[in-house]
Amino acid sequence: MSDLTLREAAKKPDLIAPGHRLCAGCDETLIARMVLKAARGPIMATSATGCLEVATTIFPYTAWNIPWIHSAFENAAATASGIEAAWQAMRKKGKGPLAKYETLDVVAFAGDGGTYDIGIQALSGALERGHDFTYVLIDNEAYMNTGIQRSGGTPHAASTTTSPAGHVIPGKREWKKPIAEIVIAHEIPYVATLNAAWPMDVMRKARSAFEVKGPAFLHAIVPCARGWRYPPEKTIEVSRLATQTCLFPLYECRLEEGRPVYQLSAASAAIARRPQSKKSVEEYLSMQGRFRHLFRPERRDDIIDRIQAWVDHRWKLLLEKVGQ
Amino acid sequence: MYYDGEEEMMQKQILMGMNGDEAVAYATKQVNPDVVAAYPITPQTIIVERFSEYVADGLVDTEFVAVESEHSALSNCIGAAAAGARAFTATAANGLALMWEMTYIAASLRLPIVMAIVNRALSGPINIHNDHSDSMGARDSGWIQIYCENSQEVYDACIAAWRMGEHPDVQLPVMVCLDGFTLSHTMENVLTIPDEEVREFIGERKFITVRGHMGETEFRLNPEIPLTMGPLDLQDFYFEHKLQQVEAMRLALKAIPEVDAEYAKISGRRYGMLHPYRMEDAEVAIIGMGSTMGTVMHMVDELRAEGVKAGMIKMRVFRPFPTEELIDIIGDVPVVGVLDKAASFGAPGGPLYEEIKTTFYDEAKRPLVADFIYGLGGRDASPTLIKGVYKSLEEISSKGEVAEKVSYVGVRG
Repeated sequence: MSDLTLREAAKKPDLIAPGHRLCAGCDETLIARMVLKAARGPIMATSATGCLEVATTIFPYTAWNIPWIHSAFENAAATASGIEAAWQAMRKKGKGPLAKYETLDVVAFAGDGGTYDIGIQALSGALERGHDFTYVLIDNEAYMNTGIQRSGGTPHAASTTTSPAGHVIPGKREWKKPIAEIVIAHEIPYVATLNAAWPMDVMRKARSAFEVKGPAFLHAIVPCARGWRYPPEKTIEVSRLATQTCLFPLYECRLEEGRPVYQLSAASAAIARRPQSKKSVEEYLSMQGRFRHLFRPERRDDIIDRIQAWVDHRWKLLLEKVGQ
Repeated sequence: MYYDGEEEMMQKQILMGMNGDEAVAYATKQVNPDVVAAYPITPQTIIVERFSEYVADGLVDTEFVAVESEHSALSNCIGAAAAGARAFTATAANGLALMWEMTYIAASLRLPIVMAIVNRALSGPINIHNDHSDSMGARDSGWIQIYCENSQEVYDACIAAWRMGEHPDVQLPVMVCLDGFTLSHTMENVLTIPDEEVREFIGERKFITVRGHMGETEFRLNPEIPLTMGPLDLQDFYFEHKLQQVEAMRLALKAIPEVDAEYAKISGRRYGMLHPYRMEDAEVAIIGMGSTMGTVMHMVDELRAEGVKAGMIKMRVFRPFPTEELIDIIGDVPVVGVLDKAASFGAPGGPLYEEIKTTFYDEAKRPLVADFIYGLGGRDASPTLIKGVYKSLEEISSKGEVAEKVSYVGVRG
């Protein structure tokens, strides 16, 4: 189990340097930096094409203080599995530049587009093969890097450039794909959800992900001021509300004796204990311009209620899974 | 016949009955790469089946990664090679097409991956038989391309390829191309070199040194001196990096013969970029690639016996294209027929034909050139068909002009 303390984390240098070109208020490097702080020792990372990749590496500059590679959009898991296979082979042979490392934390960062949509095949394959790596889904709920197009991770009714709120269709018609459940169905040792509003929780989960043998999956909610249309200083507030409304509950799921064992993290466990503390989705939706059409020019209670009902339903399903 | 020491060298080699697929797998077993990642898209080859048997029997200590697609196969090799491993994959036809995005990325990341391509026709319609439409589609991706005539060449190329790609001046991935079925499924005699000699020849992967943002470092993902590989590279640097790839290919023109010469020392088999046959006084010559060239060679002898001054050139290395050497070899030969096993729809001719024409455009002395597109989707390239091509070349020779620049031979209608 993880023994990472705040003191230890604070002492560790950031592995992503400041000066990168991500937008003001971007949550992606917060998550990435916290995850990397949990590394046990030697570490290598790969990123799918996306905001994190383009904004941290414009040649000849780079923000990465660790070995890092980007190759394409849909293949973060495949690239990571190649790195891991190289390490395993060199360990087995007892020669090659990576042979001396007893642990190697291999991390893949990918956005929602690179995970829910185009990257799901490579992800599923790498999980099935059981590579010892950590996949971090940085979910800002649309293709932000290419201009806010909808993805399988975009929530219902959100307005994006390819699911615009029009006179007839009020934003995205479909629901967010339950990606963590899809991953858990692969029966991998560790899955957890992350929210940068709870930094120690993020780092402890990342450490657990590195420590388990085999694939680990971390799903981070990553509010995007540009795409979600809220003032950049509100990122953590919006992020916190995602969990407080139970739209994005925080939990871990470990595979124990062949069974997925769910455990709510502190923030969500508190809501489970005191259901009256659960905030309404309206509070979350009304902060974001991507849902503005649910409030103006006229209030769309039908849609707001539908979203609340969906959240309540999914929260109930999760509580059943954690045995509450 | 033998020069000093050669007899001894040949005695150490073991003659094995292998098809082309097995020759790839056996050579790769001897090389013992760190990572092999592969996927059996239709059409599948038995290369990785045979290789996974080696893994299962503990004859190699390679990590065999049975990926879920060809795209992931090459992505996996990219991750592995970037981490400092020797990485190998094999594919054919649509598998290569699915890899297309990653072929360019592997080359631009300068990763010396080796990939066997069993040349088969691209869909659609779906076919599984031999032509060169798959690897011709990858000719501009930045990979070295070697085309083999027989399984012996396949075996030898699958060893030498590592040294070519990893050559410090080169640092590029290599495709070893072998004709589907004609080579991949046909049993032939292959002389194999002892394991220890292969391993000595291959050695350990060496890394070039680069200046990274944390200082001088080996060009690989190194936890001690980190490098950023595959960054966003915009209009202010992308072009310079492309120029480096151009330069690497130019240097490969010199590096490949060096490796071939070294390989000859352990194998007794000396390969060139181009293999001319009876070209010195030839009046009509054929240039082409792959297994068909064995048939062409046979036809050259037959025609010579009939008094026709026929010659041929087998093109072994298509990328980098050995322009100067080709000009030298063709020399005074007045009529050249090009065998293209791939069509380029809407283009002036087949891919090899266009290269030959371009090569000679600026030459004061240039042959009459005609293109013969043949064998698509595995259509047989019989001796009669080749004889017909030589006959067409003789007609061109007697008329002194090329009436039909591009012909499709061995096809109805």
